Amino acid sequence: MIRIIRNFARRLFSGVFKKKGEIKLGFYGSPNAGKTSLANRICQDWLGEDLGSVSRVPHETREVQVKEKVMIERDGRKVEFRLVDTPGIATKVDFEDFLKFGMKKKEAQERAKEATQGIIESIKWLDDMDAVIVLIDSTMNPYSQVNITIIGNLVARKIPVLVVANKIDLKKSDIKKVKGAFPEYEVVGISAKNGDNIEEFYEELFKLVKKAR
Amino acid sequence: MAKKKVKKSKKPKRRVKKSKDLTIHFMPYSEIAREDAIGRVKKIMGFVLDNKIVILQGKLKADEETRLIENSMTLIGNISGFQGIEIATVSGNGEEEGVFNKIRHNIARILVGEQDAITIIGPASIVKEMTRDPKKVELMLKKR
Repeated sequence: MIRIIRNFARRLFSGVFKKKGEIKLGFYGSPNAGKTSLANRICQDWLGEDLGSVSRVPHETREVQVKEKVMIERDGRKVEFRLVDTPGIATKVDFEDFLKFGMKKKEAQERAKEATQGIIESIKWLDDMDAVIVLIDSTMNPYSQVNITIIGNLVARKIPVLVVANKIDLKKSDIKKVKGAFPEYEVVGISAKNGDNIEEFYEELFKLVKKAR
Repeated sequence: MAKKKVKKSKKPKRRVKKSKDLTIHFMPYSEIAREDAIGRVKKIMGFVLDNKIVILQGKLKADEETRLIENSMTLIGNISGFQGIEIATVSGNGEEEGVFNKIRHNIARILVGEQDAITIIGPASIVKEMTRDPKKVELMLKKR
């Protein structure tokens, strides 16, 4: 209850004092869903630089990363974003999983420790977003509890959501399954790595902005 | 005079209880109905740390789920052998046909809470994976 009141007050005041056009856009999802890849794609398209590093090893992003003043233009409309790339949310972290990627025990333990702190940080940032893109790996089962929990929290906080099914360039990708799992939301399929369908993504992003204002 | 060496006593790290048996704890909704979010999470985590799989009648609220995840993340590294949790919820939400049934469902939810769902929560050291489809949950346990 306190959290709801605090969130309401913050949104009310941030709405009053918010710079015209600035949208705090969060990237949420499970580890390795492609959050940083999409944030990098956007940053490359509009700033010509990356936001963070990507890796096939889960939990590569272990701290929230912010890129300010990302101006995106579409059909004569300009919107300034503050991109917030968050660590992937998981319900478990086992350092032994990192050993499979050739890491040493100590390094793996450190990564696991940082990953758990990153998850807590991600959850804390949920309150601060104006709009959120939930990244889902379209080659995986979309009915994971993490996806449902993230979306449930955003709905409870009345934060507009765009579901993005990533990795559509891969054979195992099943965008229909993602759409079936989240029938109440707009789902756009992309490949953040290759840039496939990125124009449709920007179109949906601008629709999301309208809801956030 | 020689100074006495004071040995620093290391605080013993809590360990997850090891057992070869698998215990499933069925938790009726009434068991958590009167608890607040902190109480619910504490109760569930108590069973999970005892290496029990909890089958909860009903579902947790979105903020309770995130609190459960935050709590688990805090405990990883502080409790030896604890790797986190696996959680899945199956509910009949949105399957009611007709406006009347939907209204009836919403009234029932306000009065008695979300009881037409089942939530399974287990320690990741026992539950390897929970695969959820819209209408079923499959638990894959680790070899013991």
